[in-house]
Amino acid sequence: MYYGLSNFYQNHRRYVKSRDDSQLNGDNSSLLNPSKECEPYRTNEDKPIAPCGAIANSMFNDTLELYRIDNDTRTPITLIKKGIAWWTDKNVKFRNPTGDGNNLTALFQGTTKPVNWPKPVYMLDSELDNNGFINEDFIVWMRTAALPTFRKLYRLIERKNNLQPTLQAGKYSLEITYNYPVYSFDGRKRMILSTISWMGGKNPFLGIAYITVGSICFFLGVVLLIIHHKYGNRNTSADIPN
Amino acid sequence: MGDFVLGPWSCLSWMFKFCDSAVERGNNSIKTSKYNFFTFLPLNLFEQFQRIANAYFLFLLILQLIPQISSLAWFTTVVPLVLVLAVSGVKDAIDDFVRSVLLKDEKWMNVQVGDIIKLENNNFVTADLLLLSSSEPHSLTYIETAELDGETNLKVKQALTVTAELGEDLQKLTDFNGEGCTIRNTEWCFGLVIYAGPDTKLMQNSGKTTFKRTSIDRLMNVLVLMIFAFLALMCLILAIGNGIWESDKGYNFQVYLPWAEGVNSTSYSVVPISLYVRLYAWVSFYIDWDRKMYYPLNDTPAQARTTTLNEELGQIKYIFSDKTGTLTQNIMCFNKCSINGKSYGILSICLILWVLHLSNTEKVDFSYNPLADPKFAFYDHSLVEAVKLSDVPTHRFFRLLSLCHTVMPEEKKEGNLVYQAQSPDEGALVTAARNFRFVFRARTPETITVVEMGETKIYKLLAILDFNNVRKRMSVIVWSPEGDLTLYSRSLFSFDLFCLTTVLQEFAGEGLRILVVAYKNLDEEYFQDWIGRHHEASTALEGREDKLSEIYEEIEKDLMLLGATAIEDKLQDGVPQTIETLAKAHIKIWVLTGDKQETAMNIGYSCNLLNDDIADVFVIEGSTSDDVLNELRNARKKMKPDSFLDSDEINIQFEKSSKKTKLLPDEQANGVYGLVINGHSLAYALEGNLELELVRTACMCKVVICCRVTPLQKAQVVELVKKYKKAVTLAIGDGANDVSMIKTAHIGVGISGQEGMQAVLSSDFSFAQFRYLQRLLLVHGRWSYIRMCKLLKYFFYKNFAFTLVHFWYGFFSGFSAQTVYDEWFITLYNLVYTSLPVLGMSLLSPGDVDDHWSLLFPQLYVPGQQNLYFNKIVFVKCMLQGIYSSLILFFIPYGAMYNTMRSDGKAIADYQSFALMAQTCLLIVVSVQIGLDTLYWTVVNQFFIWGSLSVYFAITFTMCSDGTYLIFTASFPFVGTVQNTLSRPNVWLAVFLSIALCVLPVVGFRFLKAQLKPTASDKVLLKIKEAKKRPPPPSPKRRLRRTSTRRSGYAFSHQHGFGALIMSGRNMRPKSPFATTGTFSPNSDKHKHKGL
Repeated sequence: MYYGLSNFYQNHRRYVKSRDDSQLNGDNSSLLNPSKECEPYRTNEDKPIAPCGAIANSMFNDTLELYRIDNDTRTPITLIKKGIAWWTDKNVKFRNPTGDGNNLTALFQGTTKPVNWPKPVYMLDSELDNNGFINEDFIVWMRTAALPTFRKLYRLIERKNNLQPTLQAGKYSLEITYNYPVYSFDGRKRMILSTISWMGGKNPFLGIAYITVGSICFFLGVVLLIIHHKYGNRNTSADIPN
Repeated sequence: MGDFVLGPWSCLSWMFKFCDSAVERGNNSIKTSKYNFFTFLPLNLFEQFQRIANAYFLFLLILQLIPQISSLAWFTTVVPLVLVLAVSGVKDAIDDFVRSVLLKDEKWMNVQVGDIIKLENNNFVTADLLLLSSSEPHSLTYIETAELDGETNLKVKQALTVTAELGEDLQKLTDFNGEGCTIRNTEWCFGLVIYAGPDTKLMQNSGKTTFKRTSIDRLMNVLVLMIFAFLALMCLILAIGNGIWESDKGYNFQVYLPWAEGVNSTSYSVVPISLYVRLYAWVSFYIDWDRKMYYPLNDTPAQARTTTLNEELGQIKYIFSDKTGTLTQNIMCFNKCSINGKSYGILSICLILWVLHLSNTEKVDFSYNPLADPKFAFYDHSLVEAVKLSDVPTHRFFRLLSLCHTVMPEEKKEGNLVYQAQSPDEGALVTAARNFRFVFRARTPETITVVEMGETKIYKLLAILDFNNVRKRMSVIVWSPEGDLTLYSRSLFSFDLFCLTTVLQEFAGEGLRILVVAYKNLDEEYFQDWIGRHHEASTALEGREDKLSEIYEEIEKDLMLLGATAIEDKLQDGVPQTIETLAKAHIKIWVLTGDKQETAMNIGYSCNLLNDDIADVFVIEGSTSDDVLNELRNARKKMKPDSFLDSDEINIQFEKSSKKTKLLPDEQANGVYGLVINGHSLAYALEGNLELELVRTACMCKVVICCRVTPLQKAQVVELVKKYKKAVTLAIGDGANDVSMIKTAHIGVGISGQEGMQAVLSSDFSFAQFRYLQRLLLVHGRWSYIRMCKLLKYFFYKNFAFTLVHFWYGFFSGFSAQTVYDEWFITLYNLVYTSLPVLGMSLLSPGDVDDHWSLLFPQLYVPGQQNLYFNKIVFVKCMLQGIYSSLILFFIPYGAMYNTMRSDGKAIADYQSFALMAQTCLLIVVSVQIGLDTLYWTVVNQFFIWGSLSVYFAITFTMCSDGTYLIFTASFPFVGTVQNTLSRPNVWLAVFLSIALCVLPVVGFRFLKAQLKPTASDKVLLKIKEAKKRPPPPSPKRRLRRTSTRRSGYAFSHQHGFGALIMSGRNMRPKSPFATTGTFSPNSDKHKHKGL
């Protein structure tokens, strides 16, 4: 299950730069003194913002819930929230600050939440290994998209067995807690359900391109062959003296 | 003045010298270098920033230092720039150092103005001197000025009597001897240094060392400006786009991304191409290391003294060549003779005037003749037999040769005769006679001592009828011991005087200088009468020359023909073949020589410049401006009658355009013509309004020979062609008289031979033999040019492909100048990832075919002359190809990435993955492209291409690895991207698709071009390809066609001879050890010193 945003310029230069990788990697000095790149989301009320920067500040915070409606009974579909980020991101790139104990509240002491966030970073999730900087929703958001229309992995719906489809045909309802305004910049929000194959998600581009290029090549090959047979004898070296 | 040198050890000494010369003026050390230790850095930097590319780079760097503007980290610009400057700086320093090692001779370096120096025989005069006195009678000093004017005959300088008498006491001055001369035939002399070092006449005349740039270098400046404009346009588009975007979407987007302060500008990384252009100059070691251009006899390798001009060698259209020492060896050979109708051939007796390198020449047994010159080479046995058999005409022939000359003998030890001749040909004749046992041994003003067949005979010398240009002959009148009064004469062979025998015709056809010798027995009574009138004429106050001539003519009538001699002005090895090859490569050769017209034309024939293919040779020898104009016009009328019509395009062009556009297009004559122009006519022709006429006429001819030209005129002629023709010129010479020409031409080549080092030191390339020129041009020049063009094309292509991807991305990133690639990739792209393959292609392999084929098919040189491989059109093509590739390289990854996911559902359409994919595509595409451009594969090419790709993956892996990230967190944000992206099949599918799309049109286009419109060189290359499949042909043996055109040779020096001097006895040593008498003739005063 993906959420999609369009007209959202996550690839804008100032936006892309507006983060502090050291802070996100759990560096304690950067935690309290974030990089200048984060401006204007570096400090708030004289307290350093953790995580700082425009990317973190604009984190997608709608919640999506999917229900299957079966004879008027709503069965929630199990959405797995872990395993949606790259392993390297989760384990290498993003780390919580280090210190005594595992109490994130204490570790993030002295920092303040990003301006737009309703709650601080150490309250993103209840589980310890998905909280703070290593919250996977956060990590997914921080991996900025290359294009202004993008989709990001929100939750996984696991296939139970190979005999039946993951989501059987039927009625479903999607419940959205609307927190994230996109109207101001003409944005669109989408929810996408996609099945993945060995090639990844659905993208017909490569297939079409290969077929097209292949046909062009074949056609050109024939044309060139004809030309070669017809005019090839022009390129003789007969008139070049020894 | 001073030097920049590498290394502290020599820095100190040079610094010392620097201070020294600053304080004391007039030091004789000459510096041809540009920098010294202190000025190097500022001067070199200033020079480097004259290259627009470098200046642009600096400008870019300054922009990037402003954080609001910069889109890239500072190191992306600084690293390449510093590298460029460092590499160029080191190279300039080395070049300059090599150039500066000039006067190494400590002794002469310390000579100061005002010093009195003693010079000994064969010393080289290293400063401008006033001659004070000398060992010779009357303080005469013989000098040779070959270095200055290329003439090898001796010139006489005389000290003023006041100082002369003082002998070794030195007080006063007399004559002005220029630096660059060599003392000959004079045991010692004293001179006062008047000018030293840079003040000498020679240095003042040699012109300033100018910074030579190649046309491609200049084109580069234009192109960099074009690129700059192009990028500026792109930036403008992006800036406008950015403005619109910010006010439209960005305004609304402020929720998530507030507006920033300041301007948002885009600055793209420009081509750090100058680095490669400069790096490329190292290719000159190819020339230095070419064993086939190494001359073992005097251990001279070829040398590229200026390393930045290599590619220009592939574009030469005009060669200006010196004659003496360049085309010829400066060695005269008594080659053939015809005595009494019988010709003796096959022999070749060479007189080597100053033997530097031939001392190990094979010696022939001359034991039968104790006085023979040991330097003799071969002889014809039948001639020796004839001499031994006391054949009368043969004896008379050699007697004549031993008597009729103005050579001075020198016999320091018994039996060790050395002749000092005014012209090498004369020396050759006397030496020849000597080896046939007619040894000219000594002379006094009144006698000539000859050892004839071992028997000493003293001839009484009654008169020397000196050579002059009108009569073109010289005679002597002697009284033999037997009492015969005889006139011996030798004369320039000319057709109107003697009826031609087939023998002579044959001799002349071989390009030999022919002298006819004749004699006449005189009646004593008549002679007394004549000598009286001669005396009268020679003391006449008015018209003495004419009167003397008349008198001479009178007695030189009704001569008995004895025979003829043929002397060969020996060409250097392989000169005719070289000239033929160069002509096939459409290179025009102009010979500029100080020699006389006949000599010059003779050499023209013997080295195959002029031959039967030439329909007509125009001789311009008018002595007024109008004459010259008419002669030039007539020549042009004959070659191309149309060129006088108003409809002729050049005439139209000249009427239309103002004087600013002066470049003349090439005109085609209706045949093959040659032009010979004399120095004095040239002086008129080089004047303002005739210039154009001269260029138009001369450039239509296949061969141009300018004779009797001064060093300055040589330079003027080169300048003329440079001014009116869009062609690359090359000047080749070996003497100091060629220095100005060498410096003026686009490329100067010095022959490091016998005439000292002046020419070499001011040249850009030097080698020992003229024949290496074909290798320099057709092999190294062509390779350099092709390589350079490929290098430039490829560089523009890959950088356009690289840069423009950002432009397209701008449309999708809010025109925010977000880079597509990783910053590290941008830094390393040109420096590491793509540099080695292209350098491998352009440095370490021949352009297309190897040297054997380049020389076999000189036609391959022609595209270079026409500048076909790199010009503005080619540049635009590269640009278009780059734009096309950048579109592919952006939109294929875009399409493949758009809204797609990995097979585990995780992100792949993120910015970092996209960047990695795009840069991988780019790198592989440009690597494939270089594979397509490489026609000549070597192991090194393969290694570099595959090596670079591996290095790319290795570096990228390292930079994306966990370890690197943990150590330098802020610098390498791409952690994990490689593992997560490159393991995906769709990424690789996209890569292959990009390659196919980028390469296919190129391949198709090339195929079509080869099929439909093959160029001449395409055909040659195809032929070579076919030939390579067959077993290799035997090495080419070019048969040289001998011409049979009638012409005459001429074996006197240009000046009046020494006749008067000899008769006056002024040059005679009072007590010569082997001369019979040493008294002065009482009537010596009547002969004036005309020779001086």
